[in-house]
Amino acid sequence: MSIVSRGFHGRRGGDPALPPGQYLTEDFPVLSAGPTPRVPPAAWTFTITNAAGASRRWTWREYLALPAERPHVDIHCVTKWSKLGTDWEGVSLDTLFEEVEPDAPYAMIECYGGYTTNLPVEDLLDGKAWVAHGFGGEPLHPEHGGPARLLVPHLYFWKSAKWVSGIRLMDHDEPGFWEAAGYHNYGDPWREQRYEGD
Amino acid sequence: MARAAVRGRLTWTAARLAAVRDETASARTLTFAVPDWPGHLPGQHVDVRLTAEDGYVAERSYSLASAEGVELTIQRVPDGEVSPYLADVLEVGDEIELRGPVGGWFVWRGGTGPVVLVGGGSGIVPLMAMVRAHRAAGGAAPFHLLYSVRTPRDVYYAAELAEPRPGLEVTLLYTREAPPGHARPPGRIGPDDLAGLARPADCFVCGPTGFVEATSTLLVDLGHDPRRIRTERFGPTGA
Ligand SMILES: Cc1cc2nc3c(=O)[nH]c(=O)nc-3n(C[C@H](O)[C@H](O)[C@H](O)COP(=O)(O)OP(=O)(O)OC[C@H]3O[C@@H](n4cnc5c(N)ncnc54)[C@H](O)[C@@H]3O)c2cc1C
Repeated sequence: MSIVSRGFHGRRGGDPALPPGQYLTEDFPVLSAGPTPRVPPAAWTFTITNAAGASRRWTWREYLALPAERPHVDIHCVTKWSKLGTDWEGVSLDTLFEEVEPDAPYAMIECYGGYTTNLPVEDLLDGKAWVAHGFGGEPLHPEHGGPARLLVPHLYFWKSAKWVSGIRLMDHDEPGFWEAAGYHNYGDPWREQRYEGD
Repeated sequence: MARAAVRGRLTWTAARLAAVRDETASARTLTFAVPDWPGHLPGQHVDVRLTAEDGYVAERSYSLASAEGVELTIQRVPDGEVSPYLADVLEVGDEIELRGPVGGWFVWRGGTGPVVLVGGGSGIVPLMAMVRAHRAAGGAAPFHLLYSVRTPRDVYYAAELAEPRPGLEVTLLYTREAPPGHARPPGRIGPDDLAGLARPADCFVCGPTGFVEATSTLLVDLGHDPRRIRTERFGPTGA
């Protein structure tokens, strides 16, 4: 079913870089469930814990010493905006997982402020995901997730959790914060998986 | 109030515009007839989908302003793709598509604990659903609504908000121009506006990003528990 809206023309026909239902924005809107946590880099740590209980923790200084990459990617927010060709600086999760065996199929991303989001471990590996600390050539602003956020651009942007503090691997999947509040468990923008059941 | 949280599949459904009411020179409230609307929680939103004759589709989110039934208030964003259509072109009897209700976080679930609502511009919309649900529930919880607007002419739901209601306090914060005799000089929301609020309280803050960032930071600085501050951001700029 699709009802034609009389007199609606829209801005223009489909840009192939835009997933269904998305529109292009030049701004960088903010989506968060609560106030912006202020995390001083000196107090920031990032911890990966695998299902066997092994864990590795990086301080801010140790994290910055890792080889960084500069992903140039499109991002898609579930509230409908997309931003094309954004420039980030961050550490590939492949680099981080060299030091902790990814021994389970599911991951829970944990953040300062209590936010969580879940995704399959395979979506974090093979050059698909980063911990990012720079945006547009500058340090990442707190309201966009600084000092560091996850960056998983092939999924809706709520999966790219802000103020990230760690990753916990799990044998069984569990819903994170928005996933428990009615949003889709996986969140592929190209299949328009916005809400539970999509 | 509401029966349903979001569960199961949200399908697109036809919604017929049944009534229109102007709120301000640039915003109007649209009442839709939606068969089998399951009900919603105050604070939830719907997704609206418009389809052009050539098949081009645009989607946007709009908060439910009503406690019962489907009422949306649309602020016209200059040069916007969707809001000018909803705010100016759509006529009674026309159909659009929507799906919802959506969102399980920025919602008031009832109870008697104190609630602080802070809205900027069109950010009042989901808060109004909470105010209406609060009244329908008998007004037992102490509610305080702070509503930031540019001028007296920009107030949505003005007559309804001016009516005294048990358990509800309303404070208007004018940013550019206040009515004659108003004690507070026009200006952005600041610590003095928020200092006297109940604490602890469940806080709901909605509006343009800058407004939400400033307000939620002020609330945290005043000692509110960040975990009890829920925010919803509508757009990059505004009141
Ligand atoms: C959960 C949620 C609930 C919302 N509820 C409401 C509501 O109840 N009432 C309502 O009127 N809107 C609401 N919005 C905003 C709405 O979804 C649209 O973003 C808004 O109507 C603009 O869409 P547009 O197509 O007209 O403009 P677009 O074509 O998307 O944008 C045009 C230009 O305006 C800017 N812009 C986009 N949004 C805004 C804005 N809100 N204020 C100022 N400038 C903007 C853009 O950056 C762009 O430069 C809500 C948004 C979300 C995410």
